[in-house]
Amino acid sequence: MATIGETAYYVRSKNAGPFMVTVDIFCGEKAIFEKLSASKSITAEKVAEVYHVRPEEVKLFHIPDLNVIKISYPRELPQGQKYERDMHAGQQYVQITKLEV
Amino acid sequence: MNVCKVFVPYGALGTGISDEAFENGMALNPDIISVDGGSTDSGPYYLGNGKCKYAREALKNDTRKMIVGAHQHNIPITIGSCGTCGVDDGVDFMEEICREILEEEGFSAKIVKVYTEQSVDVMKDKLRCGKIKPLGTRVEVNEEILDSCSHIVAAAGTEPFIKALKDGADIVLCGRATDTAVLACMPIIMGCNEAAAWHGAKVCECGPLCSTNPQNGGIFMTVDETGFEVEATASDSTCTPYTVSAHLLYENSDPFHLVEPGVVIDTSKAVYTQLENGRVRVENSSIKKSDVYTMKLEGAGPAGYQTITLVGIRDRIIMKNPLGWLENLRAFAQSKLDRLGYDNTRYSFSLRPYGYNAVYGGDVPKGYVPNEIGVLLTVTADEQELATQIAKVMNPLLLHFEVEKNRPTPSFAFPFSPAEVVKGKIYEFKLYHVVEMDDPFELLRMTTVEIDGKGGKA
Repeated sequence: MATIGETAYYVRSKNAGPFMVTVDIFCGEKAIFEKLSASKSITAEKVAEVYHVRPEEVKLFHIPDLNVIKISYPRELPQGQKYERDMHAGQQYVQITKLEV
Repeated sequence: MNVCKVFVPYGALGTGISDEAFENGMALNPDIISVDGGSTDSGPYYLGNGKCKYAREALKNDTRKMIVGAHQHNIPITIGSCGTCGVDDGVDFMEEICREILEEEGFSAKIVKVYTEQSVDVMKDKLRCGKIKPLGTRVEVNEEILDSCSHIVAAAGTEPFIKALKDGADIVLCGRATDTAVLACMPIIMGCNEAAAWHGAKVCECGPLCSTNPQNGGIFMTVDETGFEVEATASDSTCTPYTVSAHLLYENSDPFHLVEPGVVIDTSKAVYTQLENGRVRVENSSIKKSDVYTMKLEGAGPAGYQTITLVGIRDRIIMKNPLGWLENLRAFAQSKLDRLGYDNTRYSFSLRPYGYNAVYGGDVPKGYVPNEIGVLLTVTADEQELATQIAKVMNPLLLHFEVEKNRPTPSFAFPFSPAEVVKGKIYEFKLYHVVEMDDPFELLRMTTVEIDGKGGKA
């Protein structure tokens, strides 16, 4: 079974202010966007599990004009807390790429 | 038809632009040069201690380009979030840089400074009146939290820029401002479509990041009465409906509804059209005036002192189970620290295996055995010397901790002597709130400085 990383064109993550992280899944083609959107591989529950947050804190956007699925979630701790792992949250997308479609 | 042309040479002041991209932008005859100077993106340190992220020479070089270009075209400049975090010292720091440039170039200029730093007492009054509201589910505020902030800034909207420009400012230097307000102000003054001004500013706030090749810098925004157009000024870059609309995804948790002081931008129905020469036209943006005027608050305060140690490990037995070995090391170190009488309420530490799972913290793929790892010890304590002493207690363990019971003592790879690196005072973000007010100018202070160079007006 293919993963999101193998299916999507490009996936990235970034801080959105000090308390939120946002992940953009660029599907590239319409068919892949529709496949990923329909597959239920990206749900608030799954995202919540990956990032250790509550499902109701996860925001999901499906953007057909760009063939993008966007995920936003709160950080477990504010950006730059004393044992920060990823200041700009630039590497947090990798966990999402491992989800199976 | 009212048209306003805004040149945004940099995504952030201090990041630079090629001479060619700058000259191309100026050749399009802008009405203003606008740029954002800061952000919270690099963490709480900059707001916490009020220091600037970029090198002074890089800032001065970028500012000089703007001042000289604006002088030649007789147009103004707006710079927001001066000094990275937008504290009052950041505004004065940028004034000092502008003053040096004006004197060196022999220009005169009227500088309007907008201070947006907030006193704890004023914020406490706002809190008591119920005027400070959280922006997320995981943040709280009380008087103790306000007291713990070393700096609090409120992000200004377009109002102070509009006032300063109408009063004839050549250079507007603002403390913390929304990136968008810095760029949207002039199109609003010139009677352009307000929604287009805001949406265009949101697209262009990171400069060339909304184009195909951001490396050499420069974005140009033209706002009129029905929409806006965007083009890259570097000859090796171009804009497409995709790059322009996709930029709204970047660093925004909601790409369709963007809250700004006094307005909410709605981009959900916007239409993006490719024009000739790598330009993109955007129409059908809308804004909704907010019922209550709000400014975003950012606050940061001290969170202790850190000392770190990095050690490299390649031992084949440890590589098979780095987390198990690190847990043994951690437990041994803790009992040693306790035995020595260190009060564990005054310090904490973490041990992170880089090259294994340090960046995410979760599981690694089954069977993964790294070639080598870097273990980062981070000690946080309420005093610097204590943090260093804790790291020193751990030094012999990081050098020689046993691989397994009853095996000869190993030695690991320190890159430095001394192995301990004093990292200094650290800070935390404390606020993620908005403050409500009746008057956009209530929490701002504006002053004007006339700089008399030898030549004409900047």
